[in-house]
Amino acid sequence: MRATNGGADGAVARRAETAVEAVGVTKEFGQGEERVVALDNVSIAIQENEFFTLLGPSGCGKTTLLRLIAGFDHPTEGRILLHGQDISALPPFKRPVNTVFQNYALFPHMTVAGNIAFGLEMLGKPRAEIDARVDEMLRLVRMGELKNRETSQISGGQQQRVALARALAPSPEVLLLDEPLSALDLKLRKEMQIELKRLQHQTGITFVFVTHDQEEALTMSDRIAVMNKGRILQIGAPRDIYDRPAERFVANFIGDTNFLEAEVLPRARGKTQVRLPSGKTVAASLPEGMDGVEGKTVSVVVRPEHAEVAGKPAAGLISGTLTNIVYFGTDTHYHVNLDTGGAFIVRMQNLRGSESGFEVGDKVGITFKQDAVQALRD
Amino acid sequence: MAMAGTERASLAASEHSAAEIAAEAERRDIRKRWLLSAPALVIIMVAASGPLLIVLIYSFLTPGDYGNVVWRFNTEGWVGVVLQKDIFSDQWQWVDAHLSIFWRSIKLSFLTTLATVVVGVPTAFFIATRPGRWRDVWLFLITIPFWTNLLIRTYAILDLLRTDGLVNTTLIKLGIIGKPLQLMFTDFAIGFGMTYVYLPLMVLPIYASIEKLDFRLVEAGYDLYANRWHMFWRIILPLVKPGIIAGSILVFIPSLGAYVTPRVLGGGKNMMLGNLIELQFGQGRNWPLGSALSITLMVIVTIALLYYVRVTSKERRGRD
Amino acid sequence: MISPAHGFNIRRIPGFATVAMAVFVILYAPIITLVVYSFNAADSMANLNGFSFRWYVAAWHDDAVIAAALRSLTIASFATLVSTIAATMAALATTRCAPFRGITLIYAIINQPLMVPEVVTAVALLIFFAIIKVWTGYTGLAYLFAAHAAFCIPFAYLPIRARLENMDLSLERAAADLYAPPWKAFRRVTLPLLWPGILAGAMLAFVISLDDVVITEFVKSAGQDTLPTFMLGQLRRMITPEVDAIATALLLSGILFVTIFFLLNRKRA
Repeated sequence: MRATNGGADGAVARRAETAVEAVGVTKEFGQGEERVVALDNVSIAIQENEFFTLLGPSGCGKTTLLRLIAGFDHPTEGRILLHGQDISALPPFKRPVNTVFQNYALFPHMTVAGNIAFGLEMLGKPRAEIDARVDEMLRLVRMGELKNRETSQISGGQQQRVALARALAPSPEVLLLDEPLSALDLKLRKEMQIELKRLQHQTGITFVFVTHDQEEALTMSDRIAVMNKGRILQIGAPRDIYDRPAERFVANFIGDTNFLEAEVLPRARGKTQVRLPSGKTVAASLPEGMDGVEGKTVSVVVRPEHAEVAGKPAAGLISGTLTNIVYFGTDTHYHVNLDTGGAFIVRMQNLRGSESGFEVGDKVGITFKQDAVQALRD
Repeated sequence: MAMAGTERASLAASEHSAAEIAAEAERRDIRKRWLLSAPALVIIMVAASGPLLIVLIYSFLTPGDYGNVVWRFNTEGWVGVVLQKDIFSDQWQWVDAHLSIFWRSIKLSFLTTLATVVVGVPTAFFIATRPGRWRDVWLFLITIPFWTNLLIRTYAILDLLRTDGLVNTTLIKLGIIGKPLQLMFTDFAIGFGMTYVYLPLMVLPIYASIEKLDFRLVEAGYDLYANRWHMFWRIILPLVKPGIIAGSILVFIPSLGAYVTPRVLGGGKNMMLGNLIELQFGQGRNWPLGSALSITLMVIVTIALLYYVRVTSKERRGRD
Repeated sequence: MISPAHGFNIRRIPGFATVAMAVFVILYAPIITLVVYSFNAADSMANLNGFSFRWYVAAWHDDAVIAAALRSLTIASFATLVSTIAATMAALATTRCAPFRGITLIYAIINQPLMVPEVVTAVALLIFFAIIKVWTGYTGLAYLFAAHAAFCIPFAYLPIRARLENMDLSLERAAADLYAPPWKAFRRVTLPLLWPGILAGAMLAFVISLDDVVITEFVKSAGQDTLPTFMLGQLRRMITPEVDAIATALLLSGILFVTIFFLLNRKRA
């Protein structure tokens, strides 16, 4: 059993070792006409000590992948590796992997302490060690006073923490979390997000987190894998995913974004150039592996907060007419109908002492900040 | 957690494809399920289902002199269900006794089913429209008699219908009749007894149907119809039909094969199929005939069941 | 529930309540009459005359009655034990899984005793056991034990299966996730939660076995009366209030078991 490590502030130094790996995993359900492909040739490598998130809409396969790692189901093709060992044939009770279920799945006929102790009892640990560990876990999730309560008598948020403690008690090598926060109200959710992050840091255990909430993924993860329809679309750190989405779906799913059609020009000054519908050119980033697109028309994205509204249409890279100005307290959204067609939203912070001076109906230009333009693969 | 050394070795060299692993796991699961079912299956096949085949075989054998059979092929068992040879004229003729028993069984079963429907629908409706927790109480009350001994309930009816039983003594005391009525040992007694005994079996499925009713539909319908009776006939009854059909099967089938009730309330004279069958294994000493009659009963029951399945699946298909 | 727009209760249909009440009265009248007569102090069945336990005492002292009662209890206990265990295993095997090849066959066999008229099963067993009796010469109670165990299985199966279907599958998954091998997961998680269902099934099986008349009547050898077959025999000869007393005793025990069954079924996990 791995003991929890401690550092100066309780955080564990990151080791660049692969903890969990899925290699060419495909999962199909049903036969013939009713065949459903839940996962399509998925490969990911999750590092030790990582807070890794699988992000995607319902039905994208993220929960299926989690279940394959836990051992509740077998892949139709491909393998699941744990620290380099193929565990595909191991039943769940032989895998050093624990799960926090979406509905918590607490044992109703046992107390909080009984639930937390369960995994250790199954491993045959001595009673004294189990008791000590249960107390340690209760302290970790800050639930000490509820030790001997029945699970039916505690609130949803408390049940969630018991489920967490129960899964962490046997010190698994990997912790799987299946949308554990989805049943909580907003305030509790935000609290638990911080709590989970803290726990991951403190224990150093690899967390694999499943969610459909992109905000949650962005706040908590070290890396995110965006999934849709059984495929992995992009893997990267939150910042990379946000700033440099590689595909339309990713750009759309995470945050708000603007889409433009642009023609790819030959490289200049070391960066790829694209010609916007307005005719002006600007530097753009291409996603990895996107080659030989010179001369072709691609979609590019610009985040609303990476653009600014300029007074004169000629001063901007693109131009249009203001159709709506929405005030949000911290910032203001400007909705622009482009001259070349389509809509564009600009988000600018409301700095003190600045008045935009714009009005609906004004003709305006829009400029981009540096590195704002990202090309998409599809 | 460290993995056992042997596992590590076998995994490192895993040649099994993912499909093989998945298939093997599924196979193991199915094998386990068959093993778990085995005790129940064996017990039932040995002490309930299996012997049915023996009945079929025995129906084609020759009756022995003191009961049991002689292992010689013979179709007399089957023939004897409806035909017999006259002792004197050696002519084939209908077995009147058997035919009247068949007729009584079918007639009484139908009448019982009808009676339980007529009485059961209002009762089920009443229970289903009781408020909240009272409903459970009424349900409980209608279920208790069902779980008490069939014999006791039949016997209670006997007590009631005897010449010096409650019905007669009350009627005489009230001056409605002068002499006690002969209620026992009649077809009426059997029919009444069966209705009494099987009523809960009709009420429960109908109740289940009514409970699922959305009364708002009924209210909407009331706007179209002048009085409650119309509303009941046109709207509620059709919606409750599945419950009535289920209840009918639950009543008709046991009625057909009734043994205790006709024996207690009908005496030796008014036999039903079940009693006729028993006779062959007792005084009648004609096991092949008894076997043939049993198979006949089973066939009729199976036909009724298949009819029920067809009607319900048609209903279900019609609704989709 | 009440429809205010129409000013009356849509759920009341004229005459139905009357019929229903009449039904309940008629349903319980014979039973109550029976119970009342069992306490009759008078000698014969005709007159009701004073309260007395004499018939109960008479039954208690009647060796044949006691022997039959003991035999009933013995058979019922054995049948309950065997059928409940078999039914529990069968329920575990046939619920909460994707339908596999042969599962319909298993259902059919388990429910078979309910589909065939009792007389037919009784005849089948009579013949079958007659053959075995000739082979082995054994004429003991084992035939009754076997017959009762068999027809009790579907009755025990249904409540257990119902309870199992309502159980959250993720609980066993959680147990497996937490290193519990299948047997331990069953013992620590499934069984405790299934227990009320198993008890309910056992109660049902016990009552069904105690009450059985037809199959027991056909299968038994001379001198192997259970309480119901004893009563049936008595009815042939003469009817004394003693039979009423036995009937009332059986009635009360049946009601007791059914009540417990109802209470068990209403308890949720």
